[in-house]
Amino acid sequence: MKLTTALTMTAMLLTTAAPLSAETLRWARSGDALTLDPHAQNEGPTHTIRHQMYEPLIIRDVTGAFVPTLATDWAPKADDPNVWVFNLREGVKFHDGADFTAEDVVFSFNRAKQPNSDMKELIGSITEVRAVDDFTVEIVTDGPNPILPSNLTNLFMMDKGWTEANNTVDVQDFEGGEITHATLNVNGTGPYTLTSREPDVKTVMTRNENYWGINDFPMEVSEIVYTPIQNAATRVAAMLSGEIDFLQDMPVQDLERVNAADGLVVKQAPQNRVIFFGMNQGADDIEADNIDGKNPLADVRVRKAMSMAINRDAIKQVVMRGQSQPAGMIAPPFVNGWTAEMDAESSTDIEGAKALMEEAGYADGFSIRLDCPNDRYVNDEGICQAAVGMLGQIGVTVNLDAKPKAQHFPLITDGSTDFYMLGWGVPTYDSEYVFNFLVHGREEEIGTWNGTGFNDADLNAKIKSLASNTDLEARNADIASIWRTVQDEALYIPIHHQVLNWGMAENVGIEVDAEDQPKVKFFTMK
Amino acid sequence: MLAYIIRRVAQSALVLLVVGLAAFSMFRFVGDPVENMLGQERTAADIERLREQLGLDQNFVVQYYKFLEGAVQGNFGVSYRQGRPVAEILIERAPATLELAAVSGVLAILFGIALGVFTAIRRDGWVANGIMSASLIGVSLPTFLIGILLIYIFSVELGWLPSFGRGETVQVGNWSTGFLTSSGLKALVLPSITLGLYQMTLIMRLVRSEMLEVLRQDYIRFARARGLRSRAINFRHALKNTMVPVITVIGLQVGSIIAFAIITETVFQWPGVGLLFINAVQFVDIPVMAAYLMLISVMFVSINLIVDMLYFLIDPRLRLDRAGGH
Repeated sequence: MKLTTALTMTAMLLTTAAPLSAETLRWARSGDALTLDPHAQNEGPTHTIRHQMYEPLIIRDVTGAFVPTLATDWAPKADDPNVWVFNLREGVKFHDGADFTAEDVVFSFNRAKQPNSDMKELIGSITEVRAVDDFTVEIVTDGPNPILPSNLTNLFMMDKGWTEANNTVDVQDFEGGEITHATLNVNGTGPYTLTSREPDVKTVMTRNENYWGINDFPMEVSEIVYTPIQNAATRVAAMLSGEIDFLQDMPVQDLERVNAADGLVVKQAPQNRVIFFGMNQGADDIEADNIDGKNPLADVRVRKAMSMAINRDAIKQVVMRGQSQPAGMIAPPFVNGWTAEMDAESSTDIEGAKALMEEAGYADGFSIRLDCPNDRYVNDEGICQAAVGMLGQIGVTVNLDAKPKAQHFPLITDGSTDFYMLGWGVPTYDSEYVFNFLVHGREEEIGTWNGTGFNDADLNAKIKSLASNTDLEARNADIASIWRTVQDEALYIPIHHQVLNWGMAENVGIEVDAEDQPKVKFFTMK
Repeated sequence: MLAYIIRRVAQSALVLLVVGLAAFSMFRFVGDPVENMLGQERTAADIERLREQLGLDQNFVVQYYKFLEGAVQGNFGVSYRQGRPVAEILIERAPATLELAAVSGVLAILFGIALGVFTAIRRDGWVANGIMSASLIGVSLPTFLIGILLIYIFSVELGWLPSFGRGETVQVGNWSTGFLTSSGLKALVLPSITLGLYQMTLIMRLVRSEMLEVLRQDYIRFARARGLRSRAINFRHALKNTMVPVITVIGLQVGSIIAFAIITETVFQWPGVGLLFINAVQFVDIPVMAAYLMLISVMFVSINLIVDMLYFLIDPRLRLDRAGGH
């Protein structure tokens, strides 16, 4: 593999002069970054690796709160609601020594809006980015966009000069198999520099001793060695044998073993992902059931009865080994619009469910096919199996069809499943994102993951108006009322919030990040 | 002779074409690669565009034809997951698999023959019986279980050997080797035992039974009667005559060591082509799957071809009354 020789040498020179501790963090998870080009793929593990070396204007800390990064502060412009003003941090340098200025921000946004960019959807509302002076940038949107900063936390800043000098102004054409200088090399402003990279094998990063925040963050790790390990048993064995200090994607069944091992701890937090079932309630008749000429799922009483038949605590204890948080709504906690009351609106009541079924005219029940992935969410197939038994108690005979994610998800997007499992994460931390994909009626650009056939014109209009409502109080009231409809209509059957587990050696100090994106500059090493 | 070779080569080519066609007809059932390539924010238009760009909207026969067209020019397409040319990735990954297969093969042959001879000569001793019973483990336990057991004992409990990866590698030209560093050599121990154990026990049991067969032959008895030392009898006469079928089996097993490295590589996170293939299946990375399957079938078909031709050379009887295939 190619070594970025120049960077390595700089890094080595700097490390020898380091006054800080020399600690190596050996880090493993199941997959690797797909590319290092900051705008070529919008994918979790890929962003996680970039976050160590590149920086966006704003990042989130482990609690989900904004942390000023390359921007020091930001606000909508006083006289124009369509413009956000960002003040940039001064004195920041890229790894190659070039200064970070407004010009680089303008360049990076324009690059991220190119057709090959995978980040373009997130900043689709931006029409122009202009530099006011060296350290002030104005971002113009096609209408007021109150939650624009939420969409920028994975939008990394590149150096205009370096990018132009290395012919990587165009975003790597990932699907076309293009390899550019930026695929394998990095010149960011971030806390670590790239030392070496072999895709899918090993990536080594070294502390950037010239980092602007070197005194503001712990920065106790001097070298990161990142190794993807696909096999779950091998991943745990590597942790138990002390070859790994920090592990993501911990298999649920091994949590106790790792926790019981000397010198290792497992930390957990609710993840930004909720698991639920969707039901096709829009069709007059559905194919997956045994009732002709009628669609039992179109009756809200049936949907409510099915939700009441699910024993979420039993799923938590038996299927998830305690690693889940029963859910009553399909948004993770920490998302704007989530309320504890609505999240508690799920109860198990078999007798009540049976009564509802009878009222709806399905006292004898019906049979239906449930489509479920078996390699996407934690114990996904096990959850579905448990649901089969639970729904059987109220006369709903479920035929489970579990298959790999690559076969499962097309069923939802092309509308060929009537009863399915789906999990949803909310990268923007705002309910609008949930509504856009899961509640708005399915259209070309919106409602793309709404497989329920639910399509309410009034609600659609309300959802669309959220994007440009700058009166945050009125906007939150709208969000609450949309949620009320979703809950009352029993649009989905929420199951639980996934819990995220990180394994680490005792000397590693970091709290679990709901987005599953560890940022090593926050790590302490005792 | 020449007609025979030409016929066999033509048959091999046909087998390859059919394997490829079968593979391509099955890719549709593995899932939709587009689903994995685009994030959850993608629209129907994005899916359509990408599908068209990748040629997935076409019939599998057309896709197969396009693949073959590229393959004969050495172009195996672009990996959907890594976004890099497949040929480049395969070349990068091949050394890991070939080094692992070579070490496993050598271990299997050395220990297999030595133990086979030993158990044949001392067939009633308790050590030989112990070895024979233990060899049942090698034949019957699945590879992934052996790998996990070895990791548990030697990495987790004893902490002697690494549980995953290749250790430090050194780049020699285009070839990355783990033979030149101590961590690279240490990393080879557990995976090569795991991969080679089945072949070792197979060779051992084969050598033993062949050897017992040969030791019963008249010329061995005459040799004994002539008063030759048992060492000369066992190794010069008996072992030599045992080797003909053993070599055939070893030849055929070379292919399976490389092909079955998939499981060992997954357990030990060994960065070879087998692990690449497993990743490709999970991601529905069609170009990588296609190239790997074609490569493995080319390998098996050529090994079979060579073995067939060797039979022809070694065994004069085949040459005399040979009519059809064997």
